[in-house]
Amino acid sequence: MTSSALSSGRPAEIRWHPLIVRYAPVIAIVLAIIAIWYVAAVLMNMGIVRSGFEREETPYTIADLISGTLSAERPLLPAPHQILQTFGEDVFGWPVTSPRSLVFHSWVTLSSTFIGFLLGAGFGIILAVLIVHVRTLQKSLLPWIICSQMVPILAVAPIVIVVLGSIGLRGLLPKALISAYLCFFPVTIGVVKGLSSPDPIQLDLMRTWSATAAQIFWKLRWPSSVPFLFASLKVSITISLIGAIVAELPTGAQAGIGARLLAGSYYGQTIQIWAALVAASLLAVGLIGLVDLAERWVGRAMGART
Amino acid sequence: MKPDWQRGVFFAAALGMLAAIVVPLSSAPAAGLLARPGLLALTVVAAALYGAAAFVAPRLSIAMTFAGVILGCFVTLALLRDDAVAGTATWGFWLAVVANWIAAWLGVARLAAVRPQEKSAARAIDLAIPLLFGAFLFYLWEVAVRGFGVPSVLFPAPSAIAVRFAASLMMLWEDFFQTFILGVLSGYVIGCSAGFLVAVIAHRYTFLGRGLLPIGNFVSALPIVGIAPIMVMWFGFDWPSKAAVVVVITFFPMLVNTLAGLNAAGYIERDLMRSYGAGHGQTLRKLYLPAAMPFIFNALKINSTLAFIGAIVAEFFGTPTRGIGFRISIEAGRMALDVVWAEIALAAIAGMAFYGIVALAERATTFWHPSYRT
Repeated sequence: MTSSALSSGRPAEIRWHPLIVRYAPVIAIVLAIIAIWYVAAVLMNMGIVRSGFEREETPYTIADLISGTLSAERPLLPAPHQILQTFGEDVFGWPVTSPRSLVFHSWVTLSSTFIGFLLGAGFGIILAVLIVHVRTLQKSLLPWIICSQMVPILAVAPIVIVVLGSIGLRGLLPKALISAYLCFFPVTIGVVKGLSSPDPIQLDLMRTWSATAAQIFWKLRWPSSVPFLFASLKVSITISLIGAIVAELPTGAQAGIGARLLAGSYYGQTIQIWAALVAASLLAVGLIGLVDLAERWVGRAMGART
Repeated sequence: MKPDWQRGVFFAAALGMLAAIVVPLSSAPAAGLLARPGLLALTVVAAALYGAAAFVAPRLSIAMTFAGVILGCFVTLALLRDDAVAGTATWGFWLAVVANWIAAWLGVARLAAVRPQEKSAARAIDLAIPLLFGAFLFYLWEVAVRGFGVPSVLFPAPSAIAVRFAASLMMLWEDFFQTFILGVLSGYVIGCSAGFLVAVIAHRYTFLGRGLLPIGNFVSALPIVGIAPIMVMWFGFDWPSKAAVVVVITFFPMLVNTLAGLNAAGYIERDLMRSYGAGHGQTLRKLYLPAAMPFIFNALKINSTLAFIGAIVAEFFGTPTRGIGFRISIEAGRMALDVVWAEIALAAIAGMAFYGIVALAERATTFWHPSYRT
C-alpha cells in the first residue's frame, strides 16, 4: 500500500521517509495510550489513596496524592511502570523453579500449549485430508465441525477436566486436550481450503500423467496447501495459548498463567494480574514469531521467492 | 467395481442384523430376540431391507436403507429398555448396532453421490446429509453410553440430558437471561459499535488509521480473555463486568475488519465519487460503507462466538448465583453432569442461533457480494 493510497487521493505535500510514514503513527498512538493510562491510573486510584490519607489523618498535597496513586500497593489500575517493575521482579527475582517465578508459570502454560497445539494441528490436518478425499465426510462432517465452533467450547473446559480427572488423567494432558480441541478448527478449515486450492487444470494435468491419488496428494495438493497451513497455524497457536490459560482456571490449578490470574483475583493483587497478562502477551507474540520463522524456513526449503 | 463393493457391505449389514437374533445379547441372563416376537419381526424386516437394497436402483436403495436403519435403531433402543441388556450388552447387541452403522454410512454415501437437476432438491440433500449424520451420532452416543453402562456421573446419555433440559427450563431461562441477554448482547452491541465508530474515524484521519491498524492487529492476537479478573474487580460480580469483557474482546476484531473493509473500495470508484464532487460523508455512505459490509459482517460473525466465550470465562471469576458459566462450574464440582450438559446444550443452541441470525442478516444486506452469486 503506497502512501498516496492511504491519504485517500489528496496530493502529498511532503515526502516523508517510508520508515517514518510506517512507524511514526504507531509510536504516536502507543505514547498516547500510555499517557491516557497514567491519567486514568491517577483518576481511578485517587479515591483509595485519599481515603488512606484521611484515615491516617495526615495532611497531604496534590503532589502526594498523585505520587500515591502511582505507587499504591493494590491499585484499581496500576501504572505501566508498576506493572513492568513487578513483571521484572517476578521474572528475574526468583529462581525459575520457584512457584513465585513467572518463568515457572509461563513454562507450565507453554508446555500444555505446545502439546495441545501439536495434537490439535495434527488432528486438524488428518481431518482435512479425510474431508478433501471422502465426499461423504465433506458433506456430512464439515457442517458439524463448523457448528461445533459456534458452541462456546470453553464452557466445556471445566467438565472435561473434571471427567478426565475422575478417570485418572491429571496434570498436563487434560489442559492440552482442551487446547487441542480449540485449535484444530482453524487448521482443518485452512488445510481443506489449501488442499482444494489447485486449479482444475493442474489436477487434469496430473490425471493425464495418470498420477495416483497419493502422487496427486504429495506432489500437488500438499505443497499448494502449505501457505494456507501456516496462516491457520498462526491463528491456532494463539487460540491454543488461550485454551491452556482458561483450562487452568476451573480446577483452581496451582501452576500456570491462568492460576496466576485466579490467585491475583482472589487476593486483589491487581499488579500481579497485569504482570501475568504481560507474560501471556509476550508468549503469544513469541509463539506467533516461532510459527513465522518456521514458515520462512519451510518456504525457503520449498524454493519460495522472498 | 464400486457397486459390487457396496453390495458386499449391504450384505454384511443384513448378516449383522440376522446374527443378532442368534448371538446372545447380554452377558447377564436375558431373553434373546427369538423370545421377543415384535422386535424379532422388525429385525428380520430391517435385514431384508438391507439385503434387498443391494439389488435395487440407487435412489430406491437409499430410501430402503434409511427405513431399515430406523427399524434397526428402534430395535436396539427398545432392547436397552430391558435392564438385563442395558449395561451388560455383548456381541449380539453390538452386531446389530454396527450393522445399522455401516448401513447408515452407505445410505449417506449414496445420498451424497446423488446430484439432482433441480437446485431446491440439491439444497434439501445438502441439508439432510448433516442432519442424518448428526442424528446417527446422537444414536451412537445414546447406545454406547447405555449399552456399556457408562455411569451417568461420567457421561450422561443424550436422553438423560434432554429429560434434564426439559425439567429445568426455568433455571435454564434464568441463566440464559443473565449470561446472554444481559452480558453477551449488551457487550456485543457496545463493543461492535465502538469498534465500528473508531474505524470510521480512523479511516477519515489517515494518521490515526496507520497507527491503529498494526496495534489492533497485535491486540487481536493477544489472550484478551485474561482481563476478565480485572473487569470483575472494576465492575463487580454482576453482568456489567461480563459485558465489559465482551466489549473489550469484540472491539478489536471489529476495528481491524472495518478498517480493512473501508480501504477495500477501489481507486476507480473513489475517483468517480470525487468527479461527482461528493463530500466525505456522501462517499462514506454510498461507497466506503457498502464496500466494507462483507468485512463488517465477518467481524460480527467472529465476535458472536468470541463474545459468548468471554462472558462465560468472566463468570469463572465471580458471579451472582446464576449464569451459564456459574452453573457449569458449580454443577461440575457436584458431579451433576446432566445439568452441565443441559447448560452446554443451551449454550450451543444459543450460540448457533446467534451466529445464524448474524449470517441471515449478512445474506439480507450483502446479497450482491460475489460469494452469494451461484
